[in-house]
Amino acid sequence: MVEVNLWSGLRTHAGGNLKVDVEATNIGEMLAQLAQTHPGLAPFIEAGVSVAVDGRIIANDLTEPIYPDTEIYLIQQLKGG
Amino acid sequence: MALDDKKNGEFKVVGTRPNRPDGVDKVTGRARFGADVSAPGMLHAAIVRSPHAHAKILKIDTSRAMASKDVKAVVTRADFAEGLEGDDLNVLENVMAGEKALYDGHAVAAVAATSPLAARDAAKLIDVTYEILPHVTDVDKAMAKDAPVIREGAADKSVPPGLHPNVVRYHESGHGDVEEGFAQADLVIEDSFVTEAAHQGYIEPHACLAQLDADGKGEVWCCTQGHFNVQKICAKLVGTDASQIRVTASEIGGGFGGKTAVFIEPVALALSRKTNRPVKLVMSRAEVFRATGPTASTSMDIKIGMTSDGKITAGQGTFRLQGGAFPGAPMEFTAMCAFAPYNLENVFQVGYDVMSNRPKQAAYRAPGSPMAAFAVESVIDELCSQLGLDPIEVRLMNASKEGTKASYGPRFDRIGLVETLEAAKAHPHYSAPLAEGLGRGVSCGFWFNHGGETAVTLALSEDGTAALSVGTPDIGGSRASMCQMVAEELGIPYEKIRTTVADTATLGYNEVSHGSRVTYASGLAAINASRDAVEKLCGRAAAKWGIDPEAVYWDSGYAKPSGPNAGDFEPLALADITKNMGATGGPIVGHFEATPEGAGVSFATHIVDARVDKETGKTSVERYTVVQDAGKAIHPTYVEGQYQGGAAQGIGWALNEEYIYGEDGRLQNANFLDYRIPVASDLPMIDTVIVEVPNPGHPYGVRGVGETSICPPLAAIANAVSGAAGVRLKQLPMSPPRILEALDVQANG
Repeated sequence: MVEVNLWSGLRTHAGGNLKVDVEATNIGEMLAQLAQTHPGLAPFIEAGVSVAVDGRIIANDLTEPIYPDTEIYLIQQLKGG
Repeated sequence: MALDDKKNGEFKVVGTRPNRPDGVDKVTGRARFGADVSAPGMLHAAIVRSPHAHAKILKIDTSRAMASKDVKAVVTRADFAEGLEGDDLNVLENVMAGEKALYDGHAVAAVAATSPLAARDAAKLIDVTYEILPHVTDVDKAMAKDAPVIREGAADKSVPPGLHPNVVRYHESGHGDVEEGFAQADLVIEDSFVTEAAHQGYIEPHACLAQLDADGKGEVWCCTQGHFNVQKICAKLVGTDASQIRVTASEIGGGFGGKTAVFIEPVALALSRKTNRPVKLVMSRAEVFRATGPTASTSMDIKIGMTSDGKITAGQGTFRLQGGAFPGAPMEFTAMCAFAPYNLENVFQVGYDVMSNRPKQAAYRAPGSPMAAFAVESVIDELCSQLGLDPIEVRLMNASKEGTKASYGPRFDRIGLVETLEAAKAHPHYSAPLAEGLGRGVSCGFWFNHGGETAVTLALSEDGTAALSVGTPDIGGSRASMCQMVAEELGIPYEKIRTTVADTATLGYNEVSHGSRVTYASGLAAINASRDAVEKLCGRAAAKWGIDPEAVYWDSGYAKPSGPNAGDFEPLALADITKNMGATGGPIVGHFEATPEGAGVSFATHIVDARVDKETGKTSVERYTVVQDAGKAIHPTYVEGQYQGGAAQGIGWALNEEYIYGEDGRLQNANFLDYRIPVASDLPMIDTVIVEVPNPGHPYGVRGVGETSICPPLAAIANAVSGAAGVRLKQLPMSPPRILEALDVQANG
């Protein structure tokens, strides 16, 4: 089980929760589980999110491994100029 | 790929300043930019643009234009793909209007003719009948109850109920309890700030040459920050397969984010398909201003609490960004970057993405971040001023460090903000006496940086030289730094390597050159491709010597046996191995294809001295120092160039540049005479200090440097100008009329 921190704007779409626990071993599984257990989050995940894993921002890679003690934050998808 | 600590500190080529490989071509005029390409039999195109800010398109009559013998085709929205959705539909809507023209300059038709003049004349003969609709171009007015609706149903699910339909996305983030934090403060300042839209101001207008045959096979040559993205979008908009369109990026005369978007290439392809001839399309400067993306304009409210000794107890920001007639204003980055430099227990930020009748905003260096820094760092400056505190000491006291919980959520990895502040504090600029009439401003700035999909190949030649193919257009001297990294790995001279920006048929997908990613991601890829080639070189040496490949190592351009047990063999130079490679296993090519995800975030601290003429309102920037963490500077001269470029563009944005709209919703200053970017005589020599706190996510420690440099200038200049003028400037640009108005308000209440 991993704990996923959401940005506060997502709280209303995740049953009022700012942290959500899901069973996952990598980012792809985590996002799929989030969308399944909290369907309100699905449109945001589908639109694209980045994930901070122990402070490292993962913009694309769904295979990035995560562990029960990993600090995980959903953040809005990063782009640049 | 993690930092290679063993490698770090032992560089032979990295960190030196060789001449850039594209330099001679550029200074002699030999380099070929977007408009320099031509093809036999090509036609020239011109675009018909809406003169209205918001209008229903009732009818497009092309008969007068088509009557000319010089005119070969006209395209309208009907000539593009149908059934697109989401972002693809938005791109198409922007490339060619559908039912409505959404801003002054919106493309509604295009014509191909035998000469540029004939095309421009024909465009005037295309009769478009409009029904003019009410318009809005100001962000706050666009959110008001009575604002005209730009497009119904454009909002996504993030938007809370009750907001105007022009509010299309909403962001909220933070942690702690800001009200409790404000209660702990000795001084709380709350204020509002406004910034106008500024254009990236690249010198080269958008240009392309395109050919699309009836069987769906096409070619595009264009100036772009991302030709793979051009390929993907063009294929969708003209309805063919991506792999059937080959896109080649030209040299680029500046992009700064503005050339990550696609505007004209699908139009040229559609005209080519209709005429069966190549079509060239070059934007005028006025078109660049009216119809490509400037940055978003903003309206922001900031509240910060501070104790009397300088600890920030809470920070709160509301950021409203208009991004033109489409969703996408980078308000989430504005919100997330706003307080990122500071370790805050209580922080809360809200962002609104608002549509208006302006061109779709495009990325501009660290999209969204400079405006946030302007608002937040102005309030911090005011707090320091009122509490009698040193602005750098206060920033040091509150600075984010490794392990700090960032204002946007996660904990920071290894970062270099404190190091930039310490270097700024120690710089002679900061301790120099301030002459009468001058103000001194300081600001920090933050940007995330980015990795992204990346593919390169490194082909070795029989003569022992190497050719690196990358898929990221060179917008800042990256071919030089790529050659340096390959030279470092292979152990051959810099001059023996050529880096080419390859076309879309040559490499796997490469994300655009944005997010300060090129030296980081393509550099990481070049290092890995070199190591892949080295492994193969060692394998060839091992085969020649009849030993295990593991018993061979690579050192300064030579394959060597790893020790006495491996055998006593004369080291083999790279050229000794490649000269026979055809007979020892075939060509030797190093590859790397991946999505590097270790782009380290970056911080900067800027110091500015400015003078204000209180009679005319004119500002002179008299001294400017940029201090920024580069992680590891591969080519220090180009790092310094990025620092100076960000500061120069920031000076323009802070002091003069703005989109000015009339009551009719039309852009009033669509040329460089009326939209004033800084020229050399407006700028002081911009001093630079490169701080190197290695990024743990790159083998050499590289952090992107292209964007962070534009984050602090707006605020640092505003703080200097406010100090010099004796009144807080809260609206950008701080043009002479605005400074005079602020002085007048201060004098007369």
